[in-house]
Amino acid sequence: MVTNDIYNKEYDVIIVGGGATGAGTARDCALRGLSVLLVERNDYSTGATGRNHGLMHSGARYAVTDGESASECISENMILRRIARHCVEETDGLFITLPEDDLQYQQTFVEACQRAGISADIIDPEEARRIEPAVNPQLIGAVRVPDAAIDPFRLTVGNLLDARLHGAETLNYHEVEGLIINQNRVEGVKLLNKLNGERIEVRSRVVVNAAGIWGQRIAQTAGVNISMFPARGALLIFGHRVNNMVINRCRKPANADILVPDDTVCVIGTTSDRIPIETVDDMRVTREEVDVLLKEGVKIAPSLATTRIIRAYAGVRPLVASDDDPSGRSISRGIVCLDHAKRDGLESFITITGGKMMTYRLMGEIATNAVCAKLGNTAPCVTANQPLPGSEEDGPNQGDLTKRYSFGQRAAIGRHGSLAARIEKDNDIDNALVCECEGVTVGEIKYAVHQLHVHNLVNLRRRTRVGMGTCQGKLCSCRAASLMGEFSHDVKRAQEDLAAFLDERWKGMRPVAWGDTLREAQLTASIYEGLCGLDTAVNLQGKEDVQ
Amino acid sequence: MAERMQLCNISENNFEQCTKCSICTTVCPVAAVTTDYPGPKQAGPDGERYRLKDPAYFDKALKLCLNCKRCEVACPSGVHIADIIQHARMRATMGKRASLRDTMLANTDLLGTMANLVAPVANATLGLSPTKLVMHSVMAIDKHRTFPAYSRQKFTTWFKRHAAKEQDAFAHHVSYFHGCYVNYNFPKLGQDLVKLMNAVGYGVHLLDKEQCCGVALIANGLYKQAMRQGRTNIDSIRKSVNRDHRVVLTTSSSCTFNMRDEYPSMLGIENEDVRNSINLATRFIYNLVDEEKIKLIFKQNYKRRIAYHTACHMQRMGWQLYSIELLRMIPGLDLVELEQNCCGISGTYGFKKENYERSQAIGATLFKDIADAKVEAVATDCETCKWQIEMSTSLPVENPISILADALDIEATRQANLISD
Repeated sequence: MVTNDIYNKEYDVIIVGGGATGAGTARDCALRGLSVLLVERNDYSTGATGRNHGLMHSGARYAVTDGESASECISENMILRRIARHCVEETDGLFITLPEDDLQYQQTFVEACQRAGISADIIDPEEARRIEPAVNPQLIGAVRVPDAAIDPFRLTVGNLLDARLHGAETLNYHEVEGLIINQNRVEGVKLLNKLNGERIEVRSRVVVNAAGIWGQRIAQTAGVNISMFPARGALLIFGHRVNNMVINRCRKPANADILVPDDTVCVIGTTSDRIPIETVDDMRVTREEVDVLLKEGVKIAPSLATTRIIRAYAGVRPLVASDDDPSGRSISRGIVCLDHAKRDGLESFITITGGKMMTYRLMGEIATNAVCAKLGNTAPCVTANQPLPGSEEDGPNQGDLTKRYSFGQRAAIGRHGSLAARIEKDNDIDNALVCECEGVTVGEIKYAVHQLHVHNLVNLRRRTRVGMGTCQGKLCSCRAASLMGEFSHDVKRAQEDLAAFLDERWKGMRPVAWGDTLREAQLTASIYEGLCGLDTAVNLQGKEDVQ
Repeated sequence: MAERMQLCNISENNFEQCTKCSICTTVCPVAAVTTDYPGPKQAGPDGERYRLKDPAYFDKALKLCLNCKRCEVACPSGVHIADIIQHARMRATMGKRASLRDTMLANTDLLGTMANLVAPVANATLGLSPTKLVMHSVMAIDKHRTFPAYSRQKFTTWFKRHAAKEQDAFAHHVSYFHGCYVNYNFPKLGQDLVKLMNAVGYGVHLLDKEQCCGVALIANGLYKQAMRQGRTNIDSIRKSVNRDHRVVLTTSSSCTFNMRDEYPSMLGIENEDVRNSINLATRFIYNLVDEEKIKLIFKQNYKRRIAYHTACHMQRMGWQLYSIELLRMIPGLDLVELEQNCCGISGTYGFKKENYERSQAIGATLFKDIADAKVEAVATDCETCKWQIEMSTSLPVENPISILADALDIEATRQANLISD
């Protein structure tokens, strides 16, 4: 996807970071006619973008504590329903008051929502139990708000696809090791290709730092200090949906007070702990975190106590430190755009940070405005009106699951929207299921591998949901690895990839490995190690983790 | 703390306990013959996660499921796979009208009542090629199928005229749920049961009110009617058990399975208090012999070679051993136990034009096994297996109760059980 003369070319802008913000910025810049290169050190959406609830906030959660963020959220919420239809499920949300909570808070909450422009209707607890049977039946109050579920992987890919359609180039597995600085001007980036170890320098007129929590390091390489506030949050994924609406606690934000129905699963979260910046790459979930999530989660939906947990994961909120709050919750989720020329005397370098996945588009707009101001570009921003590829008005979409499609095809339409039309489905092989839990066909894998920047099985998982079901890759990973081997003609690499993928799946299962999840993992281990000898065929020791 | 809270994972029909081992798919008779059906694992626990997300993900291929329950027998994790599939079908078809064909096939008792009145005409007409062609093309009932012949006299009419009076004289008593097939098509099986039970000292009685068990109604989406009839049956069974202290015997494995297991799981009919009192006649008799409460004396000159076929619902209950061991008690009977394979008919499934070829493909292994067994007849506890095997192999198929009644030395048995006239 990158032209060969990358070394000689000077881009208008290089964007560092392949999360939602970077992708949104790349799209906006490309739509305004700039020549764009986006670089990402791992896979796209591996940072905070891919490690949250998948909640499309109405903004209600922030209404009481942070009115500005709340207003941004509801505005972006309405935009995403239009431009990213295939990434969004319009579930609506409830803010419930339990007997242990103060019902007075409900009034404060509703008033704050109204001030922010968020529709918040108080409904009868009986009505809440009717529309969301999973809710704790002891609730004493409920407010209905326009929360929704959103798939951050699809959202990011959708933005990258559109950026590429408009001429942008994108590179994953390229890590920025430093900036090219001439006098007081940033003129490009020094890259390490993590797939082959090559080091290259690429030039541009502006560099945008959209690397989230890792943006502090990027800035440091240029001697610029940004003080990030890493707040870590852990989440649990349950094996199936118990709820079909987002359920929040109507109280001051605290641990494990949001349950989101995401695709075929539901997710409870989060915890919040301030962590040292040096540990932001450590995503292990502790036993204490699991305990807290479960203990609080069952208060929202009692059936969580008896529902299988398939994984635990954690993410780091890229907040910008502004005070000394140890919980990290009263801090603003506000967007921070730093023009380092003004702030630090370093020309052609912009940092876009803070904010949240929900406001990625607005962050992209703000960053692009700053870039355009430097480059003298006056094109207007159109990202709020132009649908992402997959979300066009015509073509099949999530609401159009007509009977003429097979199960796998319908699942693919749910994931790719109108782009599902590009998936081959004219013969039995293309329609055969690779991942049976999530309904991923051979055709969908071909499409993802050839068109969505897939280097390994973990990338493939983020593009398609392969291996994200209850068996966590037991049946599909060998089939998918076999297809990848067929495409790359590299059996050895496919084998290593398979072992690495199963290892990655196990990491998420380990903190919750009891009961059926443990049985599942043991069967997987018996098949791949005991029966197939994968552990003796492939030695993962010492391999760098490039997931 | 967390583990203790999570000790017991409860999901509807245990669908979360599935570890995706896929054993169920390897034993599924439908998946073995067509790629149109994704197999029980995909149709059941996998698809259920999507259907929870949005009922629109219902896959019409689920209609290909036979509900044979072989997946549930195979599952090492206790997942009620077929129930998950049946429930999904139920949710998808609830409120929709069943077709005339399905309604006709499902109402085995209504059709039987009408056909009994005009049995010779009905039998002749249903057997005629023009009739079959009309049914094939207009009603989509496959032309290869022959409807079981209707009897001129219902079992209940025979019973009231010829048997009812003598039953009170016996020391022990049972009730008999005869089912539609015995009542309308094959009263001889009911007569055989009465003969057999009387010979060992048991009086046989009808229930206060019996309606079709509803197995075909469930299969054809007529759930409300099935619930009504099921409640009537369980009420009658309750009276028999609690008021008269009579267990209820059956001679059809599908009626038995339906009333014991599908009533609570599919129709929500509570039967826990009487479930254990609903018993297949062969199992009841085997246990009486085993406990030395009765003796069976067989004819000296009896000599036959018969193959036993395990009906799917029989296998689900795990009761085939009772029928097999009971038949093995007959000294002159050379019994061949067939491999457990589905015959493909699955009640009304095989009658439908769209299913005919698949139905025969499923049964092919069984038919070959039967041909290789070189037997003069086949024994099975299910009437629809009987139709299918008779049509597909041209061998006669008999219920174990009829074989027993035929082989039994009635007089000697009566004496051995101390029954006088």
